[in-house]
Amino acid sequence: MHKNENHVREPLFHIVKRAALPGWQSAAIRVLAVLISLIVCGIIIVLFTGENPINVYATMIKGAVGTNRRLWNLLQSVAILLCISLAVTPAFRMRFWNTGAEGQALIGGLATAACMIFFGGKMPTALLLIVTVVASVVAGAVWGLIPALFKAYWGTNETLFTLMMNYVAIQIVSFFTYRFSVPKGSGQIGIINRDTRAGWLPVIGNNYLLNILIVVVLTILIYIYLNYSKHGYEISVVGQSENTARYIGIDVKKVIIRTMLISGAICGLAGLLLVAGTDHTITRDTIAGRGFTAIMVSWMAKFNPIYMIITSFLICFMSKGSVEIATVFGFNDSFADIITGIIIFFIIGSEFFINYQIKRTHREGGKA
Amino acid sequence: MSVPAIELQNITKTFGHIVANKNVNLVVNRGEILSILGENGSGKTTLMNMISGIYYPDNGRILIDGEEVVIRSPKDAFRYKIGMIHQHFKLVDVFSAADNIVLGLDEKFNMKEASAKGARIAAQYGFDIDPAKKIYEMSVSEKQTVEIIKVLYRGADILILDEPTAVLTPQETEKLFSVLRRMKADGKAIIIITHKLHEVLSLSDKVAVLRKGEYIGTVETKDATETSLTEMMVGKKVSLNIDRSEPHENADRLTVRGIDYVNHEGVRILDDVSFTARAGEILGIAGVAGSGQRELLEAIAGLSPLTGGEIIYDNPKTGEKEDLRNKTPMQIRELGVRLSFVPEDRLGMGLVGDMDIIDNMMLRSYGKGKSMFVHRKDPKALAEKIIKDLEVNTPSATTPVRRLSGGNVQKVLVGREISVRPTVLMAAYPVRGLDINSSYLIYNLLNQQKENGVAVIFVGEDLDVLLELCDRIVVLCAGRVTGVVDARTAKKEELGLLMTRTGEKEKANA
Repeated sequence: MHKNENHVREPLFHIVKRAALPGWQSAAIRVLAVLISLIVCGIIIVLFTGENPINVYATMIKGAVGTNRRLWNLLQSVAILLCISLAVTPAFRMRFWNTGAEGQALIGGLATAACMIFFGGKMPTALLLIVTVVASVVAGAVWGLIPALFKAYWGTNETLFTLMMNYVAIQIVSFFTYRFSVPKGSGQIGIINRDTRAGWLPVIGNNYLLNILIVVVLTILIYIYLNYSKHGYEISVVGQSENTARYIGIDVKKVIIRTMLISGAICGLAGLLLVAGTDHTITRDTIAGRGFTAIMVSWMAKFNPIYMIITSFLICFMSKGSVEIATVFGFNDSFADIITGIIIFFIIGSEFFINYQIKRTHREGGKA
Repeated sequence: MSVPAIELQNITKTFGHIVANKNVNLVVNRGEILSILGENGSGKTTLMNMISGIYYPDNGRILIDGEEVVIRSPKDAFRYKIGMIHQHFKLVDVFSAADNIVLGLDEKFNMKEASAKGARIAAQYGFDIDPAKKIYEMSVSEKQTVEIIKVLYRGADILILDEPTAVLTPQETEKLFSVLRRMKADGKAIIIITHKLHEVLSLSDKVAVLRKGEYIGTVETKDATETSLTEMMVGKKVSLNIDRSEPHENADRLTVRGIDYVNHEGVRILDDVSFTARAGEILGIAGVAGSGQRELLEAIAGLSPLTGGEIIYDNPKTGEKEDLRNKTPMQIRELGVRLSFVPEDRLGMGLVGDMDIIDNMMLRSYGKGKSMFVHRKDPKALAEKIIKDLEVNTPSATTPVRRLSGGNVQKVLVGREISVRPTVLMAAYPVRGLDINSSYLIYNLLNQQKENGVAVIFVGEDLDVLLELCDRIVVLCAGRVTGVVDARTAKKEELGLLMTRTGEKEKANA
């Protein structure tokens, strides 16, 4: 072993960390990743199904945005997913892993449903709306506050705590769907106030536009809050170094509690938009896992609310499109998941090429 | 002439825009000790990481025994019998010394044989080690010994040591050096990274100097002096004298009276500590590491609640006296006390590593004003001013501070703390890990503050620096003040004695 064996060849490539890339370059890498993923998916489609991938993609696009109704439906889904993603982002920036958005939104939705059921027809529409909004936001905030208090004062693990709170919320909703069920004992609430529409969010243009507009405004507000407000700055400091926060006199407990109140409140709002805005009922599946998908949306966008518009759109687009190709071509549901998985894999993988570059190894001189 | 054990030719390595190493050439023969000397951020560690397979060079060649080799991974390095002892030990705490030594080897596992071989190596080079002792029970020096035996066990005959003496006491350093000399006599090629000049001169045969990633040259140690090496290292002659002016004010600014602090584990860290910091002077705080220096400064800054005593601040504006004890940093600021603090842990406490320089400037000032929003205009101007005035080497003001080298990080931190025009400035080990140029820049800044009438409290570890820079020195030992001396007349031995005067304290604990 002492003498060097010549068969040890130098590597063809090696990995080098990049300096920060200009924005357009990293954007270009991401776009390229999506294109490559589409090609890979195309190959897989041909191999396993024999269908023309172009047709499959066309069907996907048609399924997602093909008709006016589908487009609005897609935008509505994006709005709700984005809303929940916006909710978890302030907590995530604080390195507080709020995995309880599902429960916080569900509890907000339950509060909405309860207001609609109890106060519908008993107060003026405007007052009812205000009460409903306040109730749902407060319910979500309380659901976020409980784990925050435990974290701030006793250092409990927030990931587990918020996760557990989801199951508590689901059980509570199960209980109340039984209590409120129409007809009694059916276990289903059905459309609340179908005739009077009491407590339903007003309709602007179509059923979805109001929700979409609210989330657009919320996105801008959260972006400003996180990047330009003192609170947002404190969140970043606490998230990155608690010791630094202590050193400059930020009250860490206060920031944790305040941020989780906001996080929970926005989840509650998402619940309101779903229950009073589109569904007009509540089941234990009203949130449908969006509390968890939101975690991915937020991470993929690096906790930036503006990028989250893109990531949440992408995820909703993929899922709507997948359902369509599953029905049209008779693929089973897993096939759609495979395609979604491949595309997300490429998008996440592209981060590597944004942070590192692969250099062709070449040296001056050469063998003596 | 014999073939060198290892030779580097034109090695270049870049990280983004930063050139860490540029055309470095080195030759080490068997039975020779080469020192690599350079300021912080001059690329010493990067260079060694390329030899040990952690990084791969962008350009250049590595020759072992005269043949070109390719080192892609630490495993490759091990195949060429290269062993690196890192600055931060890579040991498993709950394992014994012997476990750690054999860990990761492919050969058949025979603990008994392994222990015997380890003991043989230890005896051969004069190591003192108990193979059954667990790592977490060991002193730093013992851990280092395990690391060295580990690489020798793997048959290394080219050894690289990254600042091995930074964590050792003088006696331990001497012991390490005698081991290294024995290895040298045994025909091993040894490379040692350090910035302590006297060590270079006493230990090595040759010195290679790097400056800002560039290879300056290699000289025979016997032809070198401290001055000539410093010149190669920094590029220009630096005066080793620290300026010290006579204090011209003498008002008491901060009076600490009988403060006690007990930590979470119930250990008494500060015990009846009293002293006065005066305006326009530098008050040094000396002591063996862990004598309560950090807790003392954190207590004054309002970060840890005290169990007794008082901290009186004489406000030069109002002439009023304020008790700062158990006030939060916010409350202290609201009292109008301009207290600046350069903590020991720069990136973990003084700054936020992932934030850029501008946002780090705002740490102290973001809360000002009633507006809900932060304003980045003033912090931006401040960041640019500090970058210019203190010659911070950074691509821009929007670079995250984590990407800067140690000296530049400290310039950013000290610059910010000074910018609020403090009346009290506390600095904990402000030159630790800094190169000579940056260190002097910091000394000058502290001196300027003193001339401006600031009460400067300087916690240091280098007694020579304390004696040259400070006006008075408070000596701490195990949380007690064992003496306050005049730095102009005090002798090093006197400080040393005070620092180790633990007798009374032990009685008190018993």
